[in-house]
Amino acid sequence: MMAQILIVDDEPAIRRLVRVAAERAGYVVIEAGNAGEALARARAPVPDLVLLDLGLPDRDGLELVPIFKTAGITTIVLTARDTTDEKVAALDLGADDYVVKPFDTAELLARIRVALRRSESNAGTPKHLAAGDVAIDLHAHRVTRRDIDVHLTRKEFALLAELARHAGRVLTHTHLLRIVWGEAHTGDVEYLRVAVRSLRAKLEPNPAAPTLIVNEPGVGYRLSV
Amino acid sequence: MNDASRPSPEALLKAAKREARGRLKIFLGAAPGVGKTFEMLREGAERLQAGVDVVAGIVETHGRAETEVLVAPFEVLPRRAIAYGAHTLSEFDLDAMLARRPAVALIDEFAHTNATGSRHPKRWQDIEELRDAGIDVLTTLNIQHVESLNDVVAGFTRVRVRETVPDAILDDAEIEIVDLPPDELIERLKAGKVYVPHEATRALGHFFSKSNLSALRELALRRAAQTVDRHLLEHVQSIGDHGTWAAGERLVVAVGDQPGSLALIRAAKRLADALRAPWTAVSIETPRNATLSAGARSRMASALKLASGLGATIVTVPARSVFDGLCAHILETRATAVVIGKSRRSWWFELRHGSVVDRLVRALDGVAVHVVPVVERGATEAEPATPRPPAVRGMAAAIGLVALTTAAAVTLQPILGANSMDLIYLLPVIATATLFGLRASLVASFAAALAYNFFFLPPLYTLTISDPQNVVTLLVLVIVATVASQLTGRLKREANIGARTATENAALAAFGQRLATVSDEAGTAAAVCEEVAALLNVATVLFTRREKRLTVIGATPADPSMSPIDVAAAEWAYERGEVSGRDSGTLTASDWQFHPLETSLGVLGVLGIAIQGSGDPMPADKRVLFSTLVGQAALAHERLKLEANAREVGALKQRDDLRATLLSSLGHDLKTPLTAVVAAADALAAEHGESATTSTLKAEARRLRRVFDDLVEMTRIEAGALAVRREATDLTDAVAAAAQDLRAELVLHKLVLDVPPTLPLVEADPRMLHHILINLLGNAAKFAPPTSPITIQARRVPDGLTLSVLDEGPGLPVGRETTLFDRFTRVDGDDMSGGTGLGLAIVKGFAEAMDLSVSAGNRTDGGAMFEVKWREASIRRSDK
Repeated sequence: MMAQILIVDDEPAIRRLVRVAAERAGYVVIEAGNAGEALARARAPVPDLVLLDLGLPDRDGLELVPIFKTAGITTIVLTARDTTDEKVAALDLGADDYVVKPFDTAELLARIRVALRRSESNAGTPKHLAAGDVAIDLHAHRVTRRDIDVHLTRKEFALLAELARHAGRVLTHTHLLRIVWGEAHTGDVEYLRVAVRSLRAKLEPNPAAPTLIVNEPGVGYRLSV
Repeated sequence: MNDASRPSPEALLKAAKREARGRLKIFLGAAPGVGKTFEMLREGAERLQAGVDVVAGIVETHGRAETEVLVAPFEVLPRRAIAYGAHTLSEFDLDAMLARRPAVALIDEFAHTNATGSRHPKRWQDIEELRDAGIDVLTTLNIQHVESLNDVVAGFTRVRVRETVPDAILDDAEIEIVDLPPDELIERLKAGKVYVPHEATRALGHFFSKSNLSALRELALRRAAQTVDRHLLEHVQSIGDHGTWAAGERLVVAVGDQPGSLALIRAAKRLADALRAPWTAVSIETPRNATLSAGARSRMASALKLASGLGATIVTVPARSVFDGLCAHILETRATAVVIGKSRRSWWFELRHGSVVDRLVRALDGVAVHVVPVVERGATEAEPATPRPPAVRGMAAAIGLVALTTAAAVTLQPILGANSMDLIYLLPVIATATLFGLRASLVASFAAALAYNFFFLPPLYTLTISDPQNVVTLLVLVIVATVASQLTGRLKREANIGARTATENAALAAFGQRLATVSDEAGTAAAVCEEVAALLNVATVLFTRREKRLTVIGATPADPSMSPIDVAAAEWAYERGEVSGRDSGTLTASDWQFHPLETSLGVLGVLGIAIQGSGDPMPADKRVLFSTLVGQAALAHERLKLEANAREVGALKQRDDLRATLLSSLGHDLKTPLTAVVAAADALAAEHGESATTSTLKAEARRLRRVFDDLVEMTRIEAGALAVRREATDLTDAVAAAAQDLRAELVLHKLVLDVPPTLPLVEADPRMLHHILINLLGNAAKFAPPTSPITIQARRVPDGLTLSVLDEGPGLPVGRETTLFDRFTRVDGDDMSGGTGLGLAIVKGFAEAMDLSVSAGNRTDGGAMFEVKWREASIRRSDK
């Protein structure tokens, strides 16, 4: 059965264009023009994914993010404001990803694909993950690159594991610091930078132009898959 | 939960403060020649080898080759030349060291006194400033230079050094004892291996005797042990275990105007250290203080200054008498011990006023009273007596008045009868007592008694007394004379104080009224300068800061001449909020004394005062008045500033609200159609295949978005509304993200990333840095020919870190490298590629907001180069 996508945007032209592209990619699309409508449409049947514009006429789109999160609906936020604060807020409230307007249709579809794949596999966290030529065995605490064991420190492994569990998704600095270093260190971005740097040195083909662990300026990191 | 076991906030605060400041390590020796400099250099060399940035500021090798060899591995900071009369002195260059900013500085001779014209009188003050800047310092010190031990050392070596270091600084430092047994030191001395400082040459043999050296050595060891104790104590307090430490010893020392006060203070400091007790120096403000001579006042002031330098809390207690004030303070603060100097007053004084010591012991139950014999050096200085009419004049007047009275009495006798004549003689006695004081009135009473006896008592015209009643009359006259003169004397003094207070109050009230009527800066400045000049009889000048420079806004007399050192002193007062210039601790070579006008909004101005010729610009009895005036002047400036702020904030807020509304609606209105355009182009491409039309559409939409972003950012920069969020940034991250965002524009070029992964992290606002890189890369992509490489290169340089974008395009028009960063500047060919002329202005605006510098230039082998530079201070040390 094809995944169902709810598009929430107050601009009919954008809804129509995104619908055309999504349907061409094989998704079932429903639309909503404001927050109230969006909540009504999200009840039955429950969509698999919501594309949520934050600038809605009746409510701030950010308020809907935790509601969808509770309902178990994957959310990608669309934002016109290019401020890091808003992206971080959306992610912290439970959004799976964000896309800045104006966006490339191809890129939007790619993000949708990744987000949906993740939500499918969410039932049980996979034991094994492959990213490029790196393989991660979460249970055995083992990481190999081109089948050669890579030695990671405890913090490095914890960081890589957290990124791998949410592969493809941006994890905020605060989130990563809390998971790996604990609540007391959520402000110490420096720790994170140093750990990412040494992970890249061990795992990236070219650490100076990283492709595995990707930086989102001012927001966080994502493990690209 | 036991409250007592919680760490005391003060102790934690102290520890935190110590961590942020540069650390001080003192190599403490008993005497010259024990090898302090050698040890300092050895430790410096160890740190140097460990990769720490160590710079030698001052190392006194005294021309000895073996020491000079040790200096060789260090970078040595050149000394600063200071002209001093016909000589040129070379001194430690504080500013150069601050600019060089090493991790560790080596500076010999902690107690050194700087040449006149230096920023601080003492080298330890230079070192304090280095530590404030976060630089660790290694230094050397001989035990005899420690303030509280100065007397003790002078006592047995008979060499007194004037170069002393406050104890409080030692308490804060790590101390390493450089120890050498006395015999070996004497051996070294005989072998000529010891450089003997100037002060010791006079008493060379005596100073280096074995007994002296042993005593000095013991002092040094004890002093170091004491510092360790204190650190331990602070540590114990900060972890909250008060267990075995007897809490609550508190020491009070009474400071008077006696010449021995300084020795008293030093004795109290030693006692406080021995008890490990906090201590307070109390000066009691009694009515008698008003009659103190200037010498006594300045002695009292310098005693209090010394006490605060030695770490005491200073308290002034107003009271009727020294005894009352001292008792009240001790009881109130629950002090456990009091130190007083042994009174050197005459037995007569003690008999009349009672011994303070005895009364204290009786009045204070459970308080230890320490009486310190105060030995004075040199003769007691001659006290300038309170001005009083010359004695001869008083006596002549007394006799004259008695003669007049006698004449009048003789005339009046037939009318009044002889019996009331004794009353008439009270008149000249009281009159002289009032006008000329005790001595003259005693003379008058004797003269009156004699005259009365001679002219009116039988037998007349003889000086014999037949009636005992007449003896009583004489006695009464003498007693009246004494009492009346004392009473009038006291009345007069109180009236004097009252009159002075009244004059000062009137002056203050007038000053306040005048300040209230002016409502602009120039008017306020003029009022302050004129009033202070008139009240203190000095020249005045008032500075404030305008666009980063101190500017004179008022002066009496107008147009004061200011030497560079005066301006430097004023700057200092403004920056630090401390008094500077003449008779202060800083830049004392200035003719002016500068007082900061401190307010809740920070220092708003600096008031300078000066008098012609030598002399204290601030007589002691004017100090209170002056500080009140300064307070009022500061308040006036604060009021002006607050009014101006209120006006400005109102206008700004309105404008900002409008701008925010406009931008956010523009953002939505513009980006929504742009999104639609891009999506439509994508839809077209999906149906009919990608074509030139669809890709142009998309490229133009992207460009439009960037133009819009630039416009929004430029508005923010111009409004000064940039909120900078600094975080540790890995340049690899920043560059990769920018390259990713611009991949469509850069598709024709070869992007070379030359950012070594070993570079340290830098501080930057991630969004602004991203925008800077996008604009610089976009610029390069616009001008560089297709397929040519664009290089992003990051390099560690001696004073920071640079990030450059290099292209192989036509380069920049020569001579326009700096104007490029102005708004709406376009380079030829820009029209074609559709620039707004805002991109580089934004680069500059963002860079400045983040405290970075930007520059542009042409590469030697063709093409343009843009460079962003981080200063050393915004580079995160990786060893943290």
